[in-house]
Order: sequence, then C-alpha cells, then structure tokens
Amino acid sequence: MALRRAREWPVYAFLFACAAVTILTTAGIVLALIQETYHFFEEVSIAEFLTDTEWTPLVGEKHFGVLPLLNATFLIAILSMFLALPLGLAAAIYLSEYAHPNVRRVVKPVLEILAGIPTVVYGYFALQFISPEIIQLLFGRDTSLFNALSASIAMGIMILPLVSSLSEDAMRAVPQALREGAYGLGANKFEVATRIVVPAALSGIVAASILAISRAVGETMIVTIAAGLQPNLSWNPLEGMEAMTAFIVQVSLGDTPRGTLEYSTIFAVGMMLFLSTLVMNVAAQWLLARFREAYE
Amino acid sequence: MSVAAGLRGRHILLRRLKGGAFLYLCVAATLFGIVALGVLLVTVGAAGIGRLNLDFFTSYPSRFPDQGGIRAALLGTIWMMAFTALIAVPMGIGAAIYLEEFAPRNWLTRIIETNINNLAGVPSIIYGLLGLTLFVRLMDLGRVVLAGSLTMALLVLPIIIVAAREGLRAVPPSIREAALAVGATPWQAVRFQVLGPALPTMLTGVILALSRAIGETAPLIMIGALTYIAFDPGGPSSAFTVLPILMFNWISRPQAGFADAAAAGIIVLLAVLLTMNAIAIVLRNYFEGKRRW
Repeated sequence: MALRRAREWPVYAFLFACAAVTILTTAGIVLALIQETYHFFEEVSIAEFLTDTEWTPLVGEKHFGVLPLLNATFLIAILSMFLALPLGLAAAIYLSEYAHPNVRRVVKPVLEILAGIPTVVYGYFALQFISPEIIQLLFGRDTSLFNALSASIAMGIMILPLVSSLSEDAMRAVPQALREGAYGLGANKFEVATRIVVPAALSGIVAASILAISRAVGETMIVTIAAGLQPNLSWNPLEGMEAMTAFIVQVSLGDTPRGTLEYSTIFAVGMMLFLSTLVMNVAAQWLLARFREAYE
Repeated sequence: MSVAAGLRGRHILLRRLKGGAFLYLCVAATLFGIVALGVLLVTVGAAGIGRLNLDFFTSYPSRFPDQGGIRAALLGTIWMMAFTALIAVPMGIGAAIYLEEFAPRNWLTRIIETNINNLAGVPSIIYGLLGLTLFVRLMDLGRVVLAGSLTMALLVLPIIIVAAREGLRAVPPSIREAALAVGATPWQAVRFQVLGPALPTMLTGVILALSRAIGETAPLIMIGALTYIAFDPGGPSSAFTVLPILMFNWISRPQAGFADAAAAGIIVLLAVLLTMNAIAIVLRNYFEGKRRW
C-alpha cells in the first residue's frame, strides 16, 4: 500500500505542475510587461506619459501622453454601460422574478449566444450596420463612419448577457422568504422586485457591472474596427478615437522592430490596460466576498 | 362611496398600472437582446450568403474582393486549434484534479485559486503580449502555429480548469470513499472511479472553452499571425493565419466587395461556433439523463 502510494508521486507532481502553470502565466505576464515598460520609462518620463494630452509616438514630433487613449477606452466602456446596465438589469429582473421556467430555459441560452459571438463579428456589425444605418441616420451623413458611439453600442450588446446573467444569479440567491414577507404586507410584484430583490442583490449587481466595464475596457476588436485609429482627446462620441487596445493592434500590424521606443510603447500601454482591469476585477471580487448576504 | 375609499381605489389602480408598465419594460429589455441577435444574424447573412460557394472554401485570399477565399485561414484555424486542445485540455484537467481532489488547504492553494479567477479577467490582448515576448521572442519559435497554440492554451486554461472542477465536484464523495475503503490509493480512486462519471460535464466545458479560442483575434495579431497567406499551413512550425484575422483584414479594406467576403467568412465562423455549442448542449442533456446516484 505505502509502496504503491510512493510510486505514484510523479502523478501528483504532474498534477501540481499543471496547476502551477497558472501562477507562471501571471508571473510571465507581469515580467513581460514590466521589462518593456521599464525600457519605455527610461526614455519617457512618467509625468509626460500621464499628463501630456497628445499621443503621437509613431510620427513626426513625438508625444507620449496616454490620456487620449485612456479617455477613449473609458468613454466607450462607460457609454456601453448606459445600454447594457439598464437593459441587462431589467432582463435579469424579468428572468428571475416574472418569467415562467420554460421561458427562462429558452431565453437564457439565446442571450448567452450573444456573449459567445466573436468580437470581430461585433466589429463588422458596428461598422457595417450600426454606424451607417443608425448613427448616420440619426446624426447626419457627415458623421464619421468611424465613431466611438457605434463601438459603444456594439460593446453594450456584447456585455449585456454578462450583466443580465450575473445579476440574475444574485437575484435568485435572495431567499423566497424575503419576497413572501413583502407580499404579506401587501406589496405587488413590481414593488417586491424593485424594493426588496434589487436592494438585497445590490452587491452582486454592482460586481456584475464592474466586471462588465472591465470586459469592455479590455475589448480589442470592436474598438479597433469601429472607433478608428486616430488618437483624439475628446468627449464627443460621434468622433473617431483610438482606444488603448486599438493602439496596441495598430503597432503590431505594422513592422516595428524590437528594441525601439515604438515597440516599448505597446507594453507601456498594455501595462496601463492590465492594471486598469486588474483593479476592477479585484474590486468586484472583494465586493462579492465582503457584502455577500448570508441568509442561511 | 366615501371620498377616502375612492382615493384608495385610485391609489391601488395607480400601483397596478405601474407594475404592469414595469413588466412590459422588463420584457422589452429582454427582447432587445434577442432582437439585436436577430438583426446581427440577418445583416451578416444577407451580405455574405451570395459569396458562399465551394470556391470560397478552396481559394486563397486574393486582392480582388470577389475571388478570394478562406482556404488558408480555415486550415490555419484547424491546425492551431488542434494543438491548442492538445496542450490545454490535459493541462486544464490535470490542474482541476489537483485543485479539487488533492490540494491541501493552505496559502499556496488559495493563491492558485485567486490567481485563476484573476487570469479569467485579463484582457486577451495581454495574453498576446505574453505570447509575443515568451514564445515568439524568448523561446524563438517565430510567428508560427505552435506559438499561437501555446498562447491560446494559456488563454483558455483558466476556463477549462473551472469547467473541469465543476465536473469533478458533481461526483459525490461517497464514490471516492468507497474506492479508498477497498484499498485504492487516492490517485486510483480518482483515476478509475471519479474521472469517468465527471468526463461528460468536463467535455461540455472544454468544448465551450475551445469555441471561445476559435473566435479570438487580438492575441494572434500580437504574435504576428499574418493576414495574407497563399499556401496551406502544414504543421506546428508553419506560418499561418486564422479565420477571425482574415475577417478583420477584409473588414478593414475600403472596397465594398471585401465587406461581403468578410460576411461570408463570418457565416462560416458562426456556423462552426454554433455547431460546437449545440454539441456541448446535446452532450450535457444526454448524460444528464443517464447518470443517477
């Protein structure tokens, strides 16, 4: 028995190694980003990176202000939430509080198909349909075909199932007794949903929203295809603007030789992106753990 | 009727109206997602259906929008996915078995678990930067299929681990205890008693994880999968492109014809993904009905 067990150690070692790969992945990501980001900040000051309002690393007089990219990324992400949050939340309320189980069984997987569609397809949809058929129709034909708003709408559709799915999970975790208590006091379904269930599930809903924003911030193909590749520090969503991820793609499509400052810029921008999403993901997990309502 | 009763009646009516309106709002919101999906499919279908013929599958890309096909990209996707699965599936299931069955409850295990949660939230383009640094430059593989597969394997690993753990967790502890009681080692208990029943659920998760990798574009652009390939990729050390990258390339071209070609390619891509999803769902339903403890 002991011998058989001892002979099995390579199996356990292999299984542990598999799990350890995930740690090595994180370490690899951090090291790769830090190494090139360090090169970048040897030549460009952190102050310039964070405060300069122009981003022209590839042409003419070089400026390395990340603000236009950062602004575009967050403008598009936040606008997409204006679509995804109310619709996702309302859909979650419907599926959790109103829908017949059979309806739910059909509707939920259909919504989840939206989350599984490749982002390059959403990019096509934004550029070929949303921008010409909706945006230019509403705001005039002289609106740029590449604009932040069409990217936001496509992004909103993409993250809608994320918001609705996670919010619905949070609502379904609210115990039935709370609802019945409210019904007993004479509340109707609408009042129970908005005054009992949503407040009780609030931490889960907020966490879902943060995760959705984080997903939108890290999304690449939609913004690359639909929002354009022109750095533009503007709050007008009808203009084209370049997001952080779009810049990274733009540089790697060209042939920038390794070891140049241009090559390092994509890692500096990548670091910015990594830190932004990391902070949001950790915040969402913390929220879920800290404010988990234990009803049992 | 007294005035007070009349007011109360109006108050109840108002509340009922509000409730009804709210329900319609919620239904409308739910329908929005479904309608958006419908519009997307119709838009793509209408634009692309005209280009879908045998030539489209057997031709290399061309500078004439009405002639190019997806042959090289389709083969590239198949090669890349084969190696991704070969690398990521055993590793993901191995990690899941370790974490679910053997990991001691200590700080290291906690770090690994937290880390897996965080990795699932890292943007895919960051994996591209990792692949570029580690596989293309440091290991000097070059811009080839294997570099793409390794990058994709790391990307889907967290998803596979989560799915595989779910499968293992669904097997009741009594099965393991029975095996241990008749003298099996912990590994034998898992290998011969737990893994079998857990496999269908694992498989479902694995298929869904791989279907995500098929649609990924950004990380492969980072590691330099080329857009214009006019030969059949022939193995792990061949230069390659994949379907989503070819679609991106066609979408970015100004001539209208390329947009239609992109739509046709998207139809193929979505057909592959929907088939994989359908297989996963059928598998799950089939095995769910079968096994009872």
